[in-house]
This record gives sequence, structure tokens and C-alpha cells, in this order.
Amino acid sequence: MSEMLHAQNVSKSFTLHTQGSVTIPVFNDIEFSLSAGDCIALTGESGSGKSTFMRMLYANYTCSNGSINVRHDGGWLDITTASPHAILDMRKRTMGYVSQFLRVIPRVPTLEIVAEPLVALGTSRADATAKARGLLTRLRIPERLWQLSPLTFSGGEQQRVNIARGFIADYPVMLLDEPTASLDVDNRATVLALIEEAKSRGAAIAGIFHDHETRDAVCTGSFDVTSFKVGAND
Amino acid sequence: MTKMNDPLLRVDNLTMMYGDRIGCKGVSFELRPGEVLGIVGESGSGKSTLLRSISAQQEPTKGRVEYQTRIDGTRDVYEMSEAQRRLLMRTDWAFVHQNPRDGLRMNVSAGANIGERLMAVGDRHYGNIRSSADNWLGKVEIASERLDDLPSTFSGGMQQRLQIARNLVTSPRLVFMDEPTGGLDVSVQARLLDLLRGLVHDLNLAVIIVTHDLAVARLLSHRLMVMQQGKVIESGLTDQVLDDPQHAYTQLLVSSILQN
Repeated sequence: MSEMLHAQNVSKSFTLHTQGSVTIPVFNDIEFSLSAGDCIALTGESGSGKSTFMRMLYANYTCSNGSINVRHDGGWLDITTASPHAILDMRKRTMGYVSQFLRVIPRVPTLEIVAEPLVALGTSRADATAKARGLLTRLRIPERLWQLSPLTFSGGEQQRVNIARGFIADYPVMLLDEPTASLDVDNRATVLALIEEAKSRGAAIAGIFHDHETRDAVCTGSFDVTSFKVGAND
Repeated sequence: MTKMNDPLLRVDNLTMMYGDRIGCKGVSFELRPGEVLGIVGESGSGKSTLLRSISAQQEPTKGRVEYQTRIDGTRDVYEMSEAQRRLLMRTDWAFVHQNPRDGLRMNVSAGANIGERLMAVGDRHYGNIRSSADNWLGKVEIASERLDDLPSTFSGGMQQRLQIARNLVTSPRLVFMDEPTGGLDVSVQARLLDLLRGLVHDLNLAVIIVTHDLAVARLLSHRLMVMQQGKVIESGLTDQVLDDPQHAYTQLLVSSILQN
């Protein structure tokens, strides 16, 4: 299958200037590749840097060294050196990210928040809203909540709004940070189905999954970030 | 024709000195149509000085501010005639002040505040001006029946929205905002943020927004510049600067936010 993302010689360290300028090395020389149809689980114990690595793949965190190339707009874009404009365009059209946090302007209705990524891609508001309704229904968010801001929702409901927003545009590359955490059995099954659908349309997916069942059900492979931890092979 | 990716504004090595004291120093950046640039930093870091120097309110000591005008190509703002510059400032540019009293005329009606900017660009038809003013009141969520009321009878949040309507009625392409949500309480802030984000998107506005509120910067801006002692010490993609700050001062700024 065609390669969609390639990380090469990627290193990361944090320098904490407010705490005596201590430097915390995290990763050394990561090699990682993701192809269309893949669903790779990022593994490693809690605190090993799975989410850090995922944020680097989204260009939310910088890399200290190395390159991360993403297939975007018919070419390769190295997001470690790309301009902010290019990264925003890559996120708009190529890469979706379901994070564990919902960051939205208070007061904006849930339906609008979910439809927004499609509207940004040029889909008509009516079509985008129709698709948003479908996803919210599948994820069992009651219709009476759709016109309210999700900031008033429970943790599990916010998580599902995040998932709906992340899956509404058919991104070629998707990053999923614990998409099934805090979901009940039925909703977890829906999320697994959404992941399967994304895989079968050829999306390249990297995910962090807290439970074996989810991992075993949808993943085509795994990637242990601990083997690239600084000092891992000492 | 202006192409989508041509910069609308180019600021090159802008420096403003007050005698020996630095207002801002060596600032360079470009802004494209539809792009929102946030400028953050503590009080006295030079944010407002920079904004005034870019927006032709205060001639800088050194450096250039070039703007892609609608009909005249790219022009250095400080090399234009006074008349050209004034026309630019009241048509294609807009300035939203922190205190709406600085941007509104308090002794004329809300409708007249909006209509005045239209008359300044040559609109003379009373009916058209009044209906535009009414239309804009609606866009900023102020009821039509307040059209003839004085802004002094409005709440702070309404005054701020009226200031925005007054500024946007001439369809500017570049809007400068100095702490636009500054003096407002939290619920009113959220409403204004929602409104601003919608207008920026629908009208494809380029915006330079000065704020000390990092949450506002995160929700509105695509890119961020962090200033300290008059200099830009870090800049880049907004979420990258806020989530993985590299400079000591940015780290201090980000780690000083109170969590709720």
C-alpha cells in the first residue's frame, strides 16, 4: 500500500527554562512509517511518550532533529520545516486528529462544531450539517443536545463530539489519541466501526488505545515507542 | 489582481524608539488575506506600540510597512500622501480599540456611528446608509430598535459589538484589534469571540490581534508572535508556540496560566 507518512531520525527533547534549564531527552532516532489502510497502535507504558510522539506527528510539538514527511497535495511535506500556512493546510485537507481534549469557543452549538471541518473544506453547510447529524446519531448524542455547546456535556459526551468532528471529513491520515477511553460498550463498538470504515476507504491511521480488545479488533500492527526512548538500549 | 497567497501586508525591520528607550525593535513578518496573527506578551512588551506603528497611527523610527492596496499595487504606508493614508485607514483598514469609547462617538446614535464611516467614503443616500447600519446591527446581534439610541445607553459588550459594526461596514480587508475582549466579563467575551471568528471566516478578513489572554489567542489566531522588551522572541503556529514553547519567556508565560 502507498506510504502516507514517514518519520526519519526523529529526536525530541524538552528544555525547561523555568526549571533551571534542565533538558529532558525523550526520543532518539525514531523511524516510523504509515501506509494507506494501516491502523498502527502506538504502544508503551503510561508516561513513555505515546501522546508526545503523536503530537509530533501532528506538528503540535516540534522535533529537535529529523524529518516527518506527510503525503499532502500530491507531494511530500516535511512538517518539521514547513511554514505555519503549509501545516494548517495539511491539517485542513490531509490529517485529522482526535485528541482527548475538546477546545471550542463557548456558545457554539455542537452540530456546528462537528460540521466545521467539512465546511472548511468547501462542502455546503447543508451537506456538512446532514453528515454531522448522521455521526452524532450513530454516536448516541441525543438530538436535544445538538444546539447546545458541548462544553456543558459530560466527559464521555465530549469525547464522542470530538470523535464525530474527527471522522466527519475523510482525511487520508488520522491520529487517534485514546478514542475509546471513557466510552460504554455500545459507543466503543460504534467507534471501532468508524475506524474500520476509515481503514477500508484507505485512511492511514495511528492510534493510542488503552485496552487490548480495541487494539486487537482494529489494529494491523503496533509500534513500541519505548524502544526509541533515550537510554532504552543502554 | 491580488492572488490568494500574496501577502496583504509586509512589515520589514520595524523599529520604534522613544528617545533611548525601545518601543519595539526589528520586527518583520508577512500577513496573508484571511490570516489571523496574534501578538502576545506582558504589559509594556511593545505590543500596542507595534500595532500603532503598523496601522499608520505612529510613524516608526525605522523600517517599512507595505500594503497591497486594492487599486494601486503594493505601497509603503508611510510614503503615501496624508490623504491617501487617511482614505486607506477609513476604508480598507479597521481598528478595534480595547475601550469602545475610543472607537465610537458617544454623543451620536448607534446608527450614526455606523453611517458615519459610510459617509466618509462618499455614501450620501440616507435610506441606504440607514439600512446598512440596521443590517450591521443585526450582524453584531444588536436589536434594530436600538438604532437611534446613544451608545452611552449600551452595555460594555454591546458597545464593543457596535464598534466592530462601525469598523466593518466599509468591508475592510485588514483589521487591527487591541485587546478587543479586554474589559468584558467572561460570558460576554465568549459571545464576542464567537462573533469575531464567524466574521473573520465569512469576510475573509486578515486580522492582527494584540492580547494578553492566551486562551483568546489560541481560539482566534492562526499564528502567534510573542514579544518581550520590544522584540519578537518567538513566533510560529499558534498551538505549537503555546504547547511546545521554546523560549524561556514563552515557557514562563504559558506556565503562568491559572487552570480552572
